Amino acid sequence: THTFYEVKGDVAVVRINDPNSKVNTLSIQMQKEMAEVMDEVWANDAVKSAVLISSKPGCFIAGADINMIQSCNSADEVTTLSQEGQKMFERIEKSPKPIVAAINGSCLGGGLEFAIACQYRIATKSKKTVLGTPEVMLGLLPGAGGTQRLPKMVGLPSAFDMMLTGRNIRADKAKKMGLVNQLVDPLGPGLKSPEERTIDYLEEVAIEYARGIVNKKIPIRKEKGRMEKIQDYVMSFEFVRNQIYKTVHSKVMKQSKGLYPAPLKIIECVKTGVEQGPVAGYLSESQNFGQLARTSESGALIGLYHGQVACKKNHYGVPQREVKTLAILGAGLMGAGVAQVTVDKGVHTVLKDTTVSGLARGEQQVYKGLNDKTKKRNITSFQRDSILSGLTGQLDYSGFEKVDMVIEAVFEDIHIKHAVLKEVEAVVSPHCIFASNTSALPIKDIAAASKRPDKVIGMHYFSPVDKMQLLEIITTDQTSKDTTASAVAVGLKQGKVIIVVGDGPGFYTTRCLAPMLAEAVRVLQEGVDPKKLDALTTSFGFPVGAATLADEVGIDVAAHVAEDLGKAFGSRFGGGNVEVLKTMVDLGFKGRKSGKGCYIYQPGLKTKEVNPDIGDVLEQFRMTPNPAVSSDSDVQYRLVSRFVNEAVLCLQEGILKNPLEGDIGAVFGLGFPPCLGGPFRFVDSFGADKLVEKMRRFEAVYGNQFTPCQLLLDHAKDSSKKFHK
Amino acid sequence: MSSMLLSTMRGCSVSPSWAVRLGNSSLSESYCLTLLSVQTKSKKTLARPGVKNVVLVEGVRTPFLLSGTTYADLMPHDLARAALQGLLQRTGLPKDAVDYIIYGTVIQEVKTTSILRHNINQRTLGAGFSDKIPAHTVTMACISSNQAMTSGVGLIAAGQCDSIVAGGVEFMSDVPIRHSRKMRKTMLSLSRAKTLGQRLGLIGSIRMAHLSPELPAVAEFSTAETMGHSADRLAAAFGVSRVEQDEFAVRSHTLAKKAQDAGLLQDVISFKVPGRDIVSKDNGIRVSSMEQMGKLKAAFIKPHGTVTAANSSFLTDGASAVLIMSEEKALAMGYKPKAYLRDFVYVSQDPKDQLLLGPTYGTPKVLERAGLTMSDIDVFEFHEAFAGQIMANLKAMDSDWFGQTYLGKKSKVGTPPMEKFNLWGGSLSLGHPFGATGCRLVTTVAHRLQKEGGQYGLLAACAAGGQGHAMVIEAYPQ
Repeated sequence: THTFYEVKGDVAVVRINDPNSKVNTLSIQMQKEMAEVMDEVWANDAVKSAVLISSKPGCFIAGADINMIQSCNSADEVTTLSQEGQKMFERIEKSPKPIVAAINGSCLGGGLEFAIACQYRIATKSKKTVLGTPEVMLGLLPGAGGTQRLPKMVGLPSAFDMMLTGRNIRADKAKKMGLVNQLVDPLGPGLKSPEERTIDYLEEVAIEYARGIVNKKIPIRKEKGRMEKIQDYVMSFEFVRNQIYKTVHSKVMKQSKGLYPAPLKIIECVKTGVEQGPVAGYLSESQNFGQLARTSESGALIGLYHGQVACKKNHYGVPQREVKTLAILGAGLMGAGVAQVTVDKGVHTVLKDTTVSGLARGEQQVYKGLNDKTKKRNITSFQRDSILSGLTGQLDYSGFEKVDMVIEAVFEDIHIKHAVLKEVEAVVSPHCIFASNTSALPIKDIAAASKRPDKVIGMHYFSPVDKMQLLEIITTDQTSKDTTASAVAVGLKQGKVIIVVGDGPGFYTTRCLAPMLAEAVRVLQEGVDPKKLDALTTSFGFPVGAATLADEVGIDVAAHVAEDLGKAFGSRFGGGNVEVLKTMVDLGFKGRKSGKGCYIYQPGLKTKEVNPDIGDVLEQFRMTPNPAVSSDSDVQYRLVSRFVNEAVLCLQEGILKNPLEGDIGAVFGLGFPPCLGGPFRFVDSFGADKLVEKMRRFEAVYGNQFTPCQLLLDHAKDSSKKFHK
Repeated sequence: MSSMLLSTMRGCSVSPSWAVRLGNSSLSESYCLTLLSVQTKSKKTLARPGVKNVVLVEGVRTPFLLSGTTYADLMPHDLARAALQGLLQRTGLPKDAVDYIIYGTVIQEVKTTSILRHNINQRTLGAGFSDKIPAHTVTMACISSNQAMTSGVGLIAAGQCDSIVAGGVEFMSDVPIRHSRKMRKTMLSLSRAKTLGQRLGLIGSIRMAHLSPELPAVAEFSTAETMGHSADRLAAAFGVSRVEQDEFAVRSHTLAKKAQDAGLLQDVISFKVPGRDIVSKDNGIRVSSMEQMGKLKAAFIKPHGTVTAANSSFLTDGASAVLIMSEEKALAMGYKPKAYLRDFVYVSQDPKDQLLLGPTYGTPKVLERAGLTMSDIDVFEFHEAFAGQIMANLKAMDSDWFGQTYLGKKSKVGTPPMEKFNLWGGSLSLGHPFGATGCRLVTTVAHRLQKEGGQYGLLAACAAGGQGHAMVIEAYPQ
């Protein structure tokens, strides 16, 4: 059973526990049982009040069951689901017996909607306790009364912030916002384990409060403070509210480029409810929920969610040895970034560089990363200091015999990589794994210098390491399964979303990015302004424009990669002239890190201007655009189709194991538009035939760079073939 | 050369001490034997070959007063001086007969502690000790004077000293409140500024934010949690109810009142407070009814917490001092020692969730060291920081699960029987001047052993930082 209740004195304690899952979700079964239990509670005269609590340590209710929504066949069906939820929570809200939601662990989506329908909320101050409405991240909206109740509870601005960003709110913040009424401290060990005892304690306190509410000793609504009264007064003016709707709307349009329907629908539902009353509001909510559930954007985002969950698992088994000490060679941006995400997980981390200044810079980066967390109050200064005590900075290989894994992040030059590999192998113990954080050099070429190629693997991180979620792990034919399992385990510990791909020039991510960047260079050469290029890419859904992306990656790195991959793959990787990039590098325009690239970067300034000198460079390599393939839309598809074609080719060649990892890699590593769900889902939803048709048109002008690969052609021929079922 | 001479002399002094110790141990055995018929207690002495016997000669303390009462206008060293003077008077100790003085305190008065020599002079010279006696201050939160005493025990056991005065003081009527870091920085720069322009510039940089002061808090550095808050969580973790806590607090006050009225608190000395009356009694003892106790609201976790002002120890002013010596020195000087200070341990655990569980960890450890069991102990004195903390410790010691999971034992530690536990009140009722409580516990154990005719006593205390202390004390043969 998912739900049952027991009566303690005059309080019914309703316990939620999905027997088939680690988390509780509002599945059909759960809702049905909940309704039955609540009917009994309401009918039982001995019961004066109720406490709603989960028996799972880290989870109250994590949300609605996504599969339940996905298995619907029409918008109407989803609307009906939403209306059932609304009805259920309306009964909870109007319950004659006060219901106290006792929240420990995640209280998200439908779980939060359930909680805010209750008369009173008590949450544990645990780190695991988070409240939020993440529906927007799945292209949906809170469809069980959330858009109607939240604004009343926390006010319009906070409600919009919660529903439009979907961010998690910690318990103490939720208390301040008025989202929960009372906090309970998590307990340490007593006569039971801390987790068990904390749940018991939460229940005891909640029962006390439930009785207090019945006895009128505890007010359900707290007296409003002066600020809140002022806010309410201000909000009572229609023009103020309209101004808010307008501001929020334009903000959403600016950030989403209108590519995401859910945020706009959320605004609509809230507005309808506030301005036209609850009947219209609830109706708008359920109907919009139904419509959103059927959009391709929602499908794409839900696909990414499932993919992300799948890529947070280790499919290679438990490694023989846990990595307890990890060494990183090179304290540059990457190396220090890897150190930061490792040391804060309690792994002893050795950061080695060749110069004192390089090491000092790297250690400072780690310190700054952690110190910023203290400033945001994510960790205390004490935690920061004790985390940092796990970091050792050094210039030599002393102590490397105790190291379980080495990740090198030295300069991208095969000779230097070989040199450090040999140096490392001379000092480490036999079990130590050597991982290379290269972005393009084939791992088997690096492993060629190794005495034990089974212990060599690629771990491609993305910059900035503490922000980018993806880790691309590259295995060669010789990499052992245990080495892979160990690398995945380390990556998971670092909190990464992991794809494991085959070896080859550029692996998967760099290989997809290179042709797109080559096309971007050509577009620039054809006279398109970098700002215009950025606008074209961002309006397609990329979070970062192509020109800005090149600056972020580094023009020198881009030139390096373009040249290497150009050699490996030939004219298919052509398009823009590599000399453009090389000339820029010669002029010192290496991108953001050198202050100049396509743009000029000035510290402290948020707006960036196009580098005026870049015009001369582009003039030198000017190409005449062909009007037949140079409309804005054509330029967008020229960029995207090369990306997508290369991704499909990676699957065709076996570099990728499945389309899912391809989508995750493209979205989380390269910023492929999340609303499209990744290159493979894009082909499915856009239609392989339509894409091929466009590519053929470009091919006629530019040649083989646009020749669709065989797998793409197969899908174009047979429309029943889909990458995602 | 002189040091060589000295060490030879020390070497010589060891052999008579052996003789004394051996003689003494046989004496105490015969004492046990003679008492066997009367008391049915046949307990061996804890003396160990190769380990010097250290004895408590005397222990005194000023009356412990609620902060902000009669001591309000004093300085911490005034209280310390009173305790030290009291010790000198009661023992008739010659002023130069002390080898070393160690004093404990938690919140340090900047005026007297910023320069150590000055601080110690204030306390010791002022109290009439010779200026040839070296001294230092120790701090270890609520077990500071425990640390002062055991440091002394260590010096005696190592043969470095024969006679030590240890003690502690806390003065909560006045605590140092600092300027903010910003302001301190400005003021320090100001003292270095050379020109008027620089000075004016610095003065001009002072903003409102500079003026907000920094207050010392009874909070953990590592977790920023106040101790009362932690105590409340600890009580909740062990399922200690509000009623249990209130009952224990009432017990403490009732027993303290009884002991005070019966004149059992002989360690208290009278103290003429400058400008005020003579103080000779603790003033925090208040026997309340359970109904009165129940009326109070939670003090830390509001509103559903269980720790209240009435079931917590209160902010206290007070000082204590003890004279400890090697046994042979004490006997040579004609003293009649009160007790032996035997095995002691310090423990440390998680400062967040087990902040106040020191006694639970320390008790089994010190018993093991001494080769005793819980039932061998006649007198228990536990530091009562909070009633909830004491009850939580008792429940932890009574839990098989806790013993197995956290103490690495096969089963529970077992709890001290209440009829032997804190019979003359405790920190809840007598008060708790952080730096002074340890000496009170030791002296009380010694006095109770004498009064009740027991042989072994055990004291235990918790302290900030998740630390704890436990010590076994053996009665000196009467």
